[in-house]
Formats: sequence, C-alpha cells, structure tokens
Amino acid sequence: MSKTKLVIAGNGMVGHQFLQSLADSGRLHDFDVTVFCEETRLAYDRVHLSAYFSGATAEDLAMGNADTYRNWGLTVLTGETVTGIDREYKSVTTDKGRELSYDKLVLATGSYPFVPPVPGHDRPQCLVYRTIDDLDAIAAAAKNSKIGTVVGGGLLGLEAAKALTDLGLETHVVEFAPRLMAVQLDNGGGAMLRQKIEALGVKVHTEKNTQLIDAGEQCFHKMNFADGEVLETDLILFSAGIRPRDELARQNGLEVGERGGIVINNVCQTSDPSIYAIGECALWNKQIFGLVAPGNQMAKVALSHLLDGSDSFTGADMSTKLKLMGVDVASIGDAHGNTPGSRNYTFVDERAEVYKKLVVSEDGKILLGAILVGEAEQYGTLLQYMLNGIHLPEYPDTLILPNRGDDKQTGLGVAALPETAQICSCHDVSKADVRMALDSGCCTLADVKGATKAATGCGGCSALLTDLVNHELEEMGVEVNRDLCEHFPYTRQDLYNIIRIEEIHSFDELLEKHGRGHGCEICRPAAGSILASCWNDYILTENNVSLQDTNDTFMANMQKDGTYSVVPRVAGGEITADKLIVLGQVAKKYNLYSKITGGQRVDLFGARLEQLPDIWQELIDAGFETGHAYGKSLRTVKSCVGSTWCRFGVDDSAGLAIDLENRYKGLRAPHKIKFAVSGCTRECAEAQSKDIGVIATEKGWNLYVCGNGGMKPRHGDLFATDLDRDTLIRYIDRILMFYIKTADRLQRTSVWMENMEGGLDYLRQVIISDTLNLAEELEQQMDHVVDTYQCEWKTTLEDPQALKRFRHFVNSDAPDSNIVFVEERQQIRPATPQEKAEIQAEPIKLVS
Amino acid sequence: MTTHAHWTAVCSQNKLVPDSGICALIDDQQVALFYVKKEQAVFAIANHDPFSQANVLSRGLIGSKGDNLFVASPVYKQHFCLKTGRCLDDETTQIQTWPARIENGLVEVFF
Repeated sequence: MSKTKLVIAGNGMVGHQFLQSLADSGRLHDFDVTVFCEETRLAYDRVHLSAYFSGATAEDLAMGNADTYRNWGLTVLTGETVTGIDREYKSVTTDKGRELSYDKLVLATGSYPFVPPVPGHDRPQCLVYRTIDDLDAIAAAAKNSKIGTVVGGGLLGLEAAKALTDLGLETHVVEFAPRLMAVQLDNGGGAMLRQKIEALGVKVHTEKNTQLIDAGEQCFHKMNFADGEVLETDLILFSAGIRPRDELARQNGLEVGERGGIVINNVCQTSDPSIYAIGECALWNKQIFGLVAPGNQMAKVALSHLLDGSDSFTGADMSTKLKLMGVDVASIGDAHGNTPGSRNYTFVDERAEVYKKLVVSEDGKILLGAILVGEAEQYGTLLQYMLNGIHLPEYPDTLILPNRGDDKQTGLGVAALPETAQICSCHDVSKADVRMALDSGCCTLADVKGATKAATGCGGCSALLTDLVNHELEEMGVEVNRDLCEHFPYTRQDLYNIIRIEEIHSFDELLEKHGRGHGCEICRPAAGSILASCWNDYILTENNVSLQDTNDTFMANMQKDGTYSVVPRVAGGEITADKLIVLGQVAKKYNLYSKITGGQRVDLFGARLEQLPDIWQELIDAGFETGHAYGKSLRTVKSCVGSTWCRFGVDDSAGLAIDLENRYKGLRAPHKIKFAVSGCTRECAEAQSKDIGVIATEKGWNLYVCGNGGMKPRHGDLFATDLDRDTLIRYIDRILMFYIKTADRLQRTSVWMENMEGGLDYLRQVIISDTLNLAEELEQQMDHVVDTYQCEWKTTLEDPQALKRFRHFVNSDAPDSNIVFVEERQQIRPATPQEKAEIQAEPIKLVS
Repeated sequence: MTTHAHWTAVCSQNKLVPDSGICALIDDQQVALFYVKKEQAVFAIANHDPFSQANVLSRGLIGSKGDNLFVASPVYKQHFCLKTGRCLDDETTQIQTWPARIENGLVEVFF
C-alpha cells in the first residue's frame, strides 16, 4: 500500500504537537511527511519566550529537534513557506518555487501580532513580540534605549513588558481598555494587578488611544494619545492581540470567518475535507483559541481523524494561570459573571495585595468562574470545581479566604474528582491517565510526570498532581519510604533533630541508639555533615574520620587518577600580588596543573596524597587557609569589583563578599553552597544563579535565594529588597540554618525550594515573620558555627596523629607508580591508559 | 620461581584507622587494609579500583549491605565485599582478597 502524502504547513508549538502525536501513535510508517517551517528555527516554546531575556537560550526553548525529526523519517524544510495551494491537483507551492503534491494538508500557520494602523507604526524601533528573531531585534534596539513601551496590557503585553524590564529599560505599558488583562480580569483584579506591577517599577497608562507616533524630543519616539497627552519612548513593542494567519485559506477559497480564522468542524477539517487547520489559525464555532492547550487538543483531534479515530474537538476551557513578573494571576471560566443570575464572592487584602473573586451559580452550588491576583494557590482546586461541576462546600467563601491558625484548608480532596477530571490542561492528562500510569508501574511523582507529561507544561497543576499521586499511592497501599538507608529508619531531617535534641556527638552513639548494622556510604557522610553543622568539631577526630568521604578525609578533591587538587580560599576573589606569586611558586615547585575556577580562585591539580601536607604548609605560611572546595559546605562568595573601582557600582560588593565568605566559611550543609554579590543591577557576579545572591541597590541590598547553575539551572527568587547589612546577614543566617535543618541529603537549595510546601512565601514567613518562632534559635546556631571556625588544614598540620594518613603506603615511602603525567599546553595532565603503556614500555624521565 | 604464601607482617596495629582504610605495599602489590571496629577484624583487598583504574580503594567509605561488609569506591561508588572481593553492583567483577589478621600487635596478611 502506498503511503499517504502528508504536508504540514507550519512548525510552531501546535505543528510540533501534531508531529509528536503522530510519532506517539506508532503510525509514522503509513505517511510520507513533509513539514514546512517558515522560521529558520524549528518549533520552540513561545509561551516562555520572556525567559529568553532572563537567561534561557534558544536551545532551552527549542521543542522540535532536527535529529528527532530525521529519526522519525520526516522531511523538514526550514526557512520555506507554503504560498499557494492548488486544491484541484492537490499540491502546494512555496516561496522557493517548490511544488509538492499532497493527499492531506494540515495548516498550522499560527497567528501574527496585530499592529494598529497608527501613523508612525512603521518607524524604526517599533517592534513586535512573537518570534525569537523578534526578541533579537528587541535586544538590539534596547541597547540604544533607556525607555521602552508596550502597546497592549493583555497577557502577552505584560509578558513583553517583563522582557523590557529584564533588558534594563524603564518600562511603560499603554492600554486602550480601562484595566490590564481586560479579557481575563474584572476591575478589582485589574486594579490589584496594576498596583503590584507598578510597585515593580512598570508605569501603566490605561484608557490611552494612540493616534500618532512621531519623533520625540528626549527620546526617539513620541506617542500622541487621543486625550492630548504624550509619552516619550525609545522603543515601542506592539502587543495588541493576534490575528490568524489565514491568507493561504483566503486565497484558495477555503471558508474563513468574518474577522479572520480558517473555519473548521469538530474534527478540525476545513471546508475542504482534505485540508485540516489547527491552532491559532483555526476558527471553531466562531472562536479563535489563542492558548497552546486547545491548539494541542486540535492537533490530536486532527491526527485522530486522519488515523480513522473518533476524537472530536468540542471547545476548550480558556482558564489560565500565570506568573507575570513574579505576580500570580489566574482567571477561570466565567470570570466576569456573565451567566444570568450569577453571584460573586470577593476577598481583597490591600496590604498583602491579594484579590480573589468567585462567581457561583444562583443557587450557590456550582462554581462558574474565578479571578485570583497576588496569590493563586487555589487555582487547581477551583478549576476542578468549575470543570467538573462539583458541588461547592456550604460556605464557598472558605475557598478564597486566608487560612489562619489551625483552620483546615478547605481544599478539594483529590478523591472527590471524577475519573475524567483533567489534571493537566497543557498535555490533556486526566485523573484516569494518572491512575493508569500508576497501575502500569510508575511509583513516584517523577515517574508519573515522565510517563504522562503532566505538570511539564506551564506547571500550574503540579500541586494538584502531587496530591493526586500521593493519594493514589496511599490508596494502593504503597508506603513512600523516605528512610535515609537500611541502617536508619529515619529521614535526614529526623536524624538532624535527633542529633540536636539528644546532643549526640558521634556516629557510633547514633548508630547504637537509633540504627543498625555498620552504616554505609550514605548515612556515614550524612551523619558526619549533620554533626559538623551542629557542633562544628574538627572533622578528622577519631570519631569523625570514618564518616568523611575521601575528599573530606584528605581535605582535597580526588581526581580520576587518584591524585588530588588543592584550592586555597580566596575570599570574594580578592587576592594580593604576594599571595598570587605564592600560588604560582607552589604550583611550579610541585609541578601542579593550574586552572582558574568559576568561583574566582585557583585550583592546583595533580598533587599526590603524600605531597598535600607540604603543599599546605607552604600555603598556610603564606597566609592562606583551606577553601573547603572538597566539602559539602560553603564554597565561595563570588563578587564583582563593586563601587570602589567600577563606574557603575552602587555599593562595595567585594567588601561584602569578603565579609560573607569569612562569616560562613567552614559551614557544612546538606550540599555545597555558593554565594555571589553584585555591586549593581548589571549583575556581573551572576548572583541570581547562586544559592545566596546579593545585589546592591541605591537603598541597600537585594537578597536572592535558591538559585543554581549546573545541570538544572534555576534563577534565584527575590527574597527581600533594600536590606541593610545587618538584616541581610541575619536573614542569611536564618535561611542557611533552616536549610540545614530541613533539607534532604545532598539536596541543593534550588531543589529544596522547589519541594518546599508553600514555596517562597512560606520561607519568607519563617525567616522574616518568624511564624515558627525559630529565628533566634537559628541565629544562635549559626553564631556557634561562626565562633568555632578553624582552618582544618592548620589543625591537621599541627596534629601528627592526623598527618600519618597522608602517605600512599603505610609501610613504604614510595609513590603510587600508577600515577603518570604527560605534558599538554605546557602543563601536566594524567596520562591515558594507552600513553601509560607506551611510557612503561619505553621508560622516560617521569615527572616527580 | 614461586614462593609459598605465608603470613607477612605489614605494619603495627596502631597504623590502622578504625572503620576506615589504609594501603600497604606487599611484594609490589597494593593492598587495602580495613579495620572494622564492631567485628574487631581486619580485611585485605586489592587497592586497585577496576572501574576507575586508580589505586584508591583504601580511601573509600566502609559499611554494610545486609550481612555484607563493603568498601565503596571513592571514585564511582561501586561496592566491593570486604570478605570476597565481589562487586555488589556488577556480578562479573571481583577483586583479589587476602586473609588478614592482627597478631601480637602487628597486622599480618597471608600473601
């Protein structure tokens, strides 16, 4: 049987979903697929476009992948657009002059940003916000701009505004309607959102009708409004809605809507049954769906029809939850109360800047819609009430009123959800799908996410999914075992509390009282770390030494060949010429490979075990101390040079970094901890990628927490702003000790935060409002660690007992003959096995 | 030429580190020695880690998995049984072991 010739015009998010669904269906071999992608980039995540300016790269946003597509056997033509359809001969033509016949054609052409035809809209530095190329143009224009203005205060407009603030521009939003997000929010919600966004420095202008854009006096443009007011700006971004890309349909006689959009039926066929349309270009029941979830749904329906399935598209819920510049906003169902007889409940907290509204049916039994601004935790619960018509509790207002004291949260038990309840709208995952995943062998949240993709889109359903998975696992009788290991029936947090409360000082005592067996490579270092966090004793005492990983035992970092690297502390990255010379001399004397680290210090590689004490004696004589590069402990506080030298610096970041590093050096924790301090918002120290990041402001210091680089990068959350130095240090004391108290073993602060119930707000309550009444205790615990600091290398060099382990053989002074170096780029490196064999066959002078 | 194995004194007992390891050179062979406090016993296994090709097993952490005493390689963390040398993570891998004891304050290996 010959293959069906399938042509897909468009490779955006929905076009990609269509291909993914086709691959998932296992029917790729029935089709000969050609994809036209107008952009030079394959499909990418447009929903998270603004992340491009807060650190994400085009690769991070990518969804389509050339290799994957190739493996699927697709022909993908990028930078090529379908420009014509010959419906009679069933062929398409492209802007490159190609002609290609089809059996079935799928239009996934998406939409384009609407630019109001205001005179001057085509001036330079008037841009739109839809593609990565647009973003590059915006970034280029922003370089010569101080002020940027977004035309349109809807969902996309505010996303675009975030992009401008991320680029460091003074940002204005100009909206025609009387409020922000007019489609999703009412006046109360819009006003609260405006207040919060203005507090972040964005200037909002509502009821502004732009009539002319011409040259400005101070800035590049001047926007002239109908009310006579003007706004000067260097850059204009139009984000005034989208229009379907329906020109192909229009030119070729397919039915289109009055106001645009390719008309489709319930199986996503256009008026020509051989042609489908999906996503933002399609018009179903006179509606365009400008969200990705309904588009994905259409992709699946069209595919189902193509494969003789029976799925149909019956409209989509347009409820949304998002974070706009850190502000939670959600809108569910009939948010404006358009249903006849509907009644509202509203809750406003002007101090905390929270606005919540419920729209219920006349009899008060059914939730019709809701608006949440400032806090949207209940989104998942409320959405389920609305979508499933679940009867509301007797007092529906309890769903939005704050939960104080010992009130039980009036959440919706996941048990109450029907099987059909949609848990994840991005990937259309129902409760039944989740249960099926669990039945087929998934036993953790991560497994379920992997198998169903639930909570991997916008993430709005992650709390609900977690509840559901835990509930189902409990129902199945699966006990979630969080024991540290087979030797201790406790979590790390339990052991921490036991050690603190019972004042246990040794592993043997802990094992005898609370464990069994001999311990292992999991519980020994965990206990060693907790003991050090609590009591801060020397780590190589007879009691402690058997708990340390080799790096801690020898206070250096073991490399692949069994040699070690040495990293002395260089607080804040500030170093005198004399000390720099000593580093060079030591490296030269012991022939060590030298490398500058990311933490602004110097790593000396290739030291043999027996050389470590001599190397350290020289370093300590020169005034160095240990850098703890080997420990699960504070590593470095990276800094920029700060206001002392820098033209832009607003405070002494290097000075603060040195003080912070000296305060927390030696602190052991569940995992390593990295800090950075930047002297201004240019953020040269990259503080937002650190566990603790500090950025100078005109009024003090902004504190960011729980950032991470590495394998899974995470931007730090802005924890508190404009702090004075003392408050900053107190907060950091508390946060770090609370992390040490509550984190899992080997859990970085980023994951700790991701898993913390209540998240950033909860952490603020504990640290700033002191809701757990812990602040004083945490500070005292930190003070103890600070007061008992010792340089472990100095202590070791003074202790002959500890030094006796620093030789390779207990009964010989010979070095390990297996360690062989060769030279590369004027330095040593470990020899490869092949090189070793050659060297041993033909002995040459070895580096000693 | 072969010599018969015999108990070889390696070092004095006080060189051992309780619940941890040291390395000895016996006849050009690197031998890791572990003293397990609870058992009051010393174990001798090859110091060479077959996974990383580095001579480092004496620097690993010791522990137990069920009834098996093990050392975890400090490089890639595979577990080696102190009694049999068997790798607990990979059945096809086994390293050499030797009988070891403490006699008159000396650590002896049957080598």
